[in-house]
Amino acid sequence: MPVVDLAKSSLRELNAALQQLGPTTNETDWTVLNPSGEHAIAAGVDAPVTVTIAGPVGYFCGGMNKLATLVVEGSAGQGVGENMMSGLIHVKGDASQSAGATGRGGLLIVEGNASARCGISMKGIDIVVKGGIGHLSAFMGQSGRLVVFGEAGEALGDSLYEARLYVRGPVAGLGADCIEKEMRDEHRQELFDLIKAAGEAGKVDVGEFRRYGSARKLYNFNIDNVDAY
Amino acid sequence: MSERDWLPTTPRKSATFDDYALSEIRRAAATGIYDIRGGGSKRRLPNFDDLLLLGASMTRYPLEGYREKCGTEVTLGTRFAKNPLKLAIPITIAGMSFGSLSAQAKEALGRGASLAGTSTTTGDGGMTPEERGQSRHLVYQYLPSRYGMNPDDLRRADAIEIVIGQGAKPGGGGMLLGQKISDRVAQMRNLPKGIDQRSACRHPDWTGADDLEIKIHELREITNWEKPIYLKVGASRPYYDTALAVKSGADVVVLDGMQGGTAATQEVFIEHVGIPLLSAIRPAVQALQDLGMHRKVQLIVSGGIRNGADVAKALALGADAVAIGTAALTALGDNDPQWEAEYERLGTTAGAYDDWHEGKDPAGITTQTPELAARLDPVKAGRRLANYLKVMTLEAQTLARACGKNHLHNLEPEDLVALTIEAAAMARVPLAGTEWIPGQRF
Ligand SMILES: Cc1cc2nc3c(=O)[nH]c(=O)nc-3n(C[C@H](O)[C@H](O)[C@H](O)COP(=O)(O)O)c2cc1C
Repeated sequence: MPVVDLAKSSLRELNAALQQLGPTTNETDWTVLNPSGEHAIAAGVDAPVTVTIAGPVGYFCGGMNKLATLVVEGSAGQGVGENMMSGLIHVKGDASQSAGATGRGGLLIVEGNASARCGISMKGIDIVVKGGIGHLSAFMGQSGRLVVFGEAGEALGDSLYEARLYVRGPVAGLGADCIEKEMRDEHRQELFDLIKAAGEAGKVDVGEFRRYGSARKLYNFNIDNVDAY
Repeated sequence: MSERDWLPTTPRKSATFDDYALSEIRRAAATGIYDIRGGGSKRRLPNFDDLLLLGASMTRYPLEGYREKCGTEVTLGTRFAKNPLKLAIPITIAGMSFGSLSAQAKEALGRGASLAGTSTTTGDGGMTPEERGQSRHLVYQYLPSRYGMNPDDLRRADAIEIVIGQGAKPGGGGMLLGQKISDRVAQMRNLPKGIDQRSACRHPDWTGADDLEIKIHELREITNWEKPIYLKVGASRPYYDTALAVKSGADVVVLDGMQGGTAATQEVFIEHVGIPLLSAIRPAVQALQDLGMHRKVQLIVSGGIRNGADVAKALALGADAVAIGTAALTALGDNDPQWEAEYERLGTTAGAYDDWHEGKDPAGITTQTPELAARLDPVKAGRRLANYLKVMTLEAQTLARACGKNHLHNLEPEDLVALTIEAAAMARVPLAGTEWIPGQRF
């Protein structure tokens, strides 16, 4: 159970230690003390380990994460889990802008609120935010799912591709090419699975959510093609 | 009707409404869409042809052309990176995406660059194994779209280039039209096949220079502080952009002038946004000097570089290296007259073909159509690129020796004069035969 105290060790020492862990490491349970909002904590980890960070983190915590489970016992600054590939990042507090930006896989859970551009340009990641999200969330979202228990800000899903958005609360406005879509059984099922993965099975009713997705009208530049969709 | 006893005036076309302007109005009226094309600015702009090197004379001593050494090597990323890039020549291959270019073309660029001892660069669309495999020094672009971005490729790269903008379109994003989205391109970019892929113009997870500093820090943390980190900007406000790049912690600044090529951008953007490279180098160098960072943070410049004279002049103005895009594609075989019949069928002519976004390139370079792409032999094309890079280097050395320099980096602004007042003002060198540098305060 390695413990790294960032009041005593440098960020470089921490990240170097985490990044050199391989797939079969025995050191699977790490604790980071005194994170004090430092940036890029546990960025670039590529091993099936759990890292518990005892406090708030700065920008890009868990950036490009692969396989690891990161638990942030506090709030996270901008770009938490940016471009994460797999694994789990669990933020116990709120998350700032661009949470999960361009994420390709894995699950990002935010217990509190996320801010603007949550899931911007998402490319396969699943994001569950138990509070609300800010404006321009899921902008140009390509794939993956974004689940929001609370409300969403302006221009949700602007220029959306194939990402699927589920929001329970009110949406301040939809962005270009984003529309509300029918909730079919397969959607209720995937939403249920995501809610369960976020530890809320039985507590949150899938029936209260609305689904948003792309109208696919901006998919081809040629103006003549627009009617084809 | 009386007979005229005078000749009518010669039919006169408007210089303002010239044939091109008229045809563009008709095209716009017919289609309702702006014109998109590849390549760089096509109009005449102040450029390196407007500068001359002075050569040695009574006060300067030349070097012997065939015996005396004139060094060409350059090291990029000496500021923070553990593993700076050491290149044999100061001419690099600019970032051009797989997607806009065929896999064969990317491989050929890698082969040619490696033979010449220089680097090549990925582009908007990620890194292909062909390209990594054939490139001794590969720079990995980090773009707003983050298509294909992953930590494994990041760690496989020899340097990282964060793209803020391109000379062809400072402030613009990218696009790859559906015609060019093959299965492979679609899969690498995580999007459905056949749809237009827009690339955002802003990065998704940072905004200003303060955030960028933290982003650079993150990339260094993920790559163990090994890789040089470049910052590429389109030339528009080069003094401030360079100063902010230094502040953000970049190792290398890449400055791309408005002549710089693009895979596909609106014509209006290509021709009307940004400033010519000639006018951008001195302010960028000035910023580095003001911060005590000239030669510590290296400067790579691009946009319309064609030959060794351009290289020598760019270095004399203070750049550490240049990058080439269009010229490299030309060396591979782009717009080659051997395909003239096919260019004509596409309504154009060799040398003018720029509908690169349509993916119908007869030369097999800017395409994803397998039959066309197969026309390019990556080994032979790579060889041509290597030859061309060698010639450019020899040309630059010839000029540097004539100026008495035993390294290309010893060329300096004092070796240059300008042919036009514009060029004198932009490059901050005297008009030939005078001591006049327009715009300088005395
Ligand atoms: C076909 C093509 C594709 C390009 N793709 C990219 C790209 O993906 N990312 C980028 O930063 N610049 C891209 N560029 C711009 C080049 O990196 C470079 O800035 C430019 O080509 C330099 O100018 P030159 O073509 O006059 O040499 C592209 C240029 C061309 C011609």
